[in-house]
Amino acid sequence: MPSVLPIISDSQAENITKTEELAYELPIEEVMTENVVCLSPDTIIREALDIFRKIRISGAPVTDQGKLVGILSIEDLIRSLREGRIDLKVSDYMTKNIYVIKTYDPVIEALKVFAKSGVGRLPVLNREGKLAGILTKGDITNGLLKALQQEYHAEEIIRYRASHLFEDIQSERTSLILRYNIKKGDFTHGGSASGHIKRALLRLGATPQLARRCGIAVYEAEMNLIIHSNNGGTLRVEIEPHEITMAAYDDGPGIEDVDKALKPGYSTATEEVREMGFGAGMGLVNIKRCVNEMKLFSSKEAGTQLYMVMYLQDEDKTNKPSARKR
Amino acid sequence: MNIKTILKVSEGKLLTTGVNLETEVKGAFAGDLMSDVLASIQPEAVLLTGLCNPQVVRTALIADVKAIVFVRGKNPADETIALALEENLPIISSPLGLYKLSGQLMLAGLPSLEKTMNHSFDEE
Repeated sequence: MPSVLPIISDSQAENITKTEELAYELPIEEVMTENVVCLSPDTIIREALDIFRKIRISGAPVTDQGKLVGILSIEDLIRSLREGRIDLKVSDYMTKNIYVIKTYDPVIEALKVFAKSGVGRLPVLNREGKLAGILTKGDITNGLLKALQQEYHAEEIIRYRASHLFEDIQSERTSLILRYNIKKGDFTHGGSASGHIKRALLRLGATPQLARRCGIAVYEAEMNLIIHSNNGGTLRVEIEPHEITMAAYDDGPGIEDVDKALKPGYSTATEEVREMGFGAGMGLVNIKRCVNEMKLFSSKEAGTQLYMVMYLQDEDKTNKPSARKR
Repeated sequence: MNIKTILKVSEGKLLTTGVNLETEVKGAFAGDLMSDVLASIQPEAVLLTGLCNPQVVRTALIADVKAIVFVRGKNPADETIALALEENLPIISSPLGLYKLSGQLMLAGLPSLEKTMNHSFDEE
């Protein structure tokens, strides 16, 4: 889409993926200009010239009883001026072979037509084939920027609301619990729950460092469930103003020797798992390093329960979960 | 060092779109074991790896990695690329080996972002 790239500045460049996504999602009707000034084929060119000058436009669709019959652009006007025939009708100079676009088409379709045709504006037709608006490249840029800004604000608002959660609710003890079911052997989705948890913590106002440490710990725990459990397991994260407790539990097979399992480099993972980059015997060691408190219980009968606790007292006081007024 | 320079030094090919080539990384980390990555990578690094599954991207997201280079001409699985696109994480495929690429990047001035480990893990 070469036609959209040059109008995005460097500072917005990191949003290009988002822009591309929007170009495929955003329908034309959300970016086009409505209430278009239309000319009639019988309008005298001199009058059209006055209209263009008065309302500062450089082109207009020509309609005959609501039906689009052509488009008159500034180029057409110049042609008539040059030929000294501005007393003729619009229908004599308008462009009749015109490209059109539909209200429900995504923006990307319009970009393709702009690139292919070289025209400056496209009339937009609704489902009934009637003229609904007009679209220029400028409309697209404005529309995309507006949509980008809205998405940005949406995330800001989510974050703001989430980070005030603990202040808004009065109770003796408030906590927020997140639960994720983890499937045995589901390597494809391995880590996605942890990704969600990290994002949730950030939205709740955690510092990037805290979110990262919790993310690493819970990711290792998630991979352990995928690799080692009999039937998968559950991740449960409880967020309180003073601490975050992350738990991973399954119903078996249980860890044979808990002390050994806590030794760096000790692993019971299969060759297959190791080939995928896991089973280095560092998981529990990593977890222990990341969190303030780690507890591991395991038995053949009850399976394994791993608790990882992060204290929030030492965190920056502006940081939300810990910033609740008591 | 920015993504543009990494592409040049690694003789690599960018596999994702919409990348801001000016994005800066603070250093590099090389490894194939994701637990090692999680254990000792510092934020805002480029991750050099021979491992191609989607876990690399997930690991990168958790560990605040800024970009990934797949070495030895490896092309990651479609799911890996799809996930990277979704999360807006630049990924590069380089024909160089892990050792050579690490050396080249170091020579070009990119420091290591791998924490040096003590032999004993007991102190923490």
